[in-house]
Amino acid sequence: MRSIEVTKIIEAVKALCMQANYDLPVDIFNEIQAGKSKEISPVGKAILGDICDNAKLAHDEKMPICQDTGTAVVFVKIGQEVHIEGGLLKDAINEGVRQGYIEGYLRKSIVENPLYRKNTGDNTPAIIHYDIVEGDQLEIMVCPKGGGSENMSRVYMLKPSQGIEGVKAAVMETVELAGPNACLPMVVGIGIGGNFEMSTLLAKKALTREVGSYNSDERMRELEKELFEMINKTGIGPQGLGGKVTALAVHIEDYPCHIASMPLAINIGCHVNRHKSVRL
Amino acid sequence: MNKHIKLPLNREEARKLVVGEKVLLSGKMYTSRDAAHKRMLENKEAGIDFPMPIENVAIYYAGPAPAKPGEVIGSCGPTTSGRMDAYAPKFMAYGQTVMIGKGLRNEDVIEAMKKEGAVYLTAIGGAGALLAKCIKKATCIAYEDLGAEAIYELEVENFPTIVTIDSKGNNLYETGREIYKED
Repeated sequence: MRSIEVTKIIEAVKALCMQANYDLPVDIFNEIQAGKSKEISPVGKAILGDICDNAKLAHDEKMPICQDTGTAVVFVKIGQEVHIEGGLLKDAINEGVRQGYIEGYLRKSIVENPLYRKNTGDNTPAIIHYDIVEGDQLEIMVCPKGGGSENMSRVYMLKPSQGIEGVKAAVMETVELAGPNACLPMVVGIGIGGNFEMSTLLAKKALTREVGSYNSDERMRELEKELFEMINKTGIGPQGLGGKVTALAVHIEDYPCHIASMPLAINIGCHVNRHKSVRL
Repeated sequence: MNKHIKLPLNREEARKLVVGEKVLLSGKMYTSRDAAHKRMLENKEAGIDFPMPIENVAIYYAGPAPAKPGEVIGSCGPTTSGRMDAYAPKFMAYGQTVMIGKGLRNEDVIEAMKKEGAVYLTAIGGAGALLAKCIKKATCIAYEDLGAEAIYELEVENFPTIVTIDSKGNNLYETGREIYKED
């Protein structure tokens, strides 16, 4: 057994919240930069240029890239030989979020009840997903997720008979509906399989994959490429104002599923597709 | 070519703006999101006037990040305008001429824009740091209890926007993508 003090976890989460909101991941930045030469719409080109300038400014001045500093989505991989000391892991993560959002001048965007909507004032509670893995380390990834693109995400419980064509149609429908609302260019996270709730978790995990990475299954990789091309032919473009660069990446994650089902979740990520991780 | 516009903007001037034009805004605008829109209308119906001069007003659909010490404001990009569609026609009827946000508007809003002579401008969603640099002064004037959703009076200089739906109902979201669509 290896012990990890909750104070270390609080410090780590606090730092991750700030870093994730100030520093756009390099892979996303490079893809937007590359988009400038691919984009033929003058308006679209100018928008991509401004988005790059915005990311640089945020980094230099330690300012949030976007004012919507998101729901704090936290993925935790706990080695089964780890013992957490001094308190509960969940409390430590929430304390880290609280300190990070207050001390980092990040926006507090969480309301305590979806119907009565009083702001909690410190962006807690976080949404935490735990995985128990082998080893004696603790890996924490903070993914601040904005509301605009999250609102344009969808779940479909498709019939197996709808096959690949059904998946493509549903993804394209979601992309069309997301259109100008989701702060394009977008990253499209797709979860296929599992069940109702697992498909959404797969889609969320797909957003955290590095741009330029592919699904390990060649058949899924082909589908990723095909959807990417289809989306970039829609003409929707940066911010939905017309152009060639609509998506920066399409990532699919899949899992076995029931003989009766074909769950599909599409999680839309905006161009501020943030995530930052640390290993303790 | 950028067009320089001084806020507040009257109906006559708002009607002159044409879809696709790049517009740099200077003057006063007010932040408001769903919660503040809702409260303003509820208050108005209860006889309490708007917290800002409503005639010819420019409303920016935004909820800024908090200002660091010594800064005017934190990041301050637009939020999704569609959430304000339920309220926008009433605001135009009361005198609003300029809406600033991002994303689609519904038919009711576009019809009200044509009728009242209002314009919908969009700023780049997710470029909140860059846009904050155009804000020279920010004062919370109402609903402080709403936190990020409180109403701020912003004084802006050369705040960059694009005319996305004009007062004739021309819509760049529809026409823009048609040009670049591939079969």
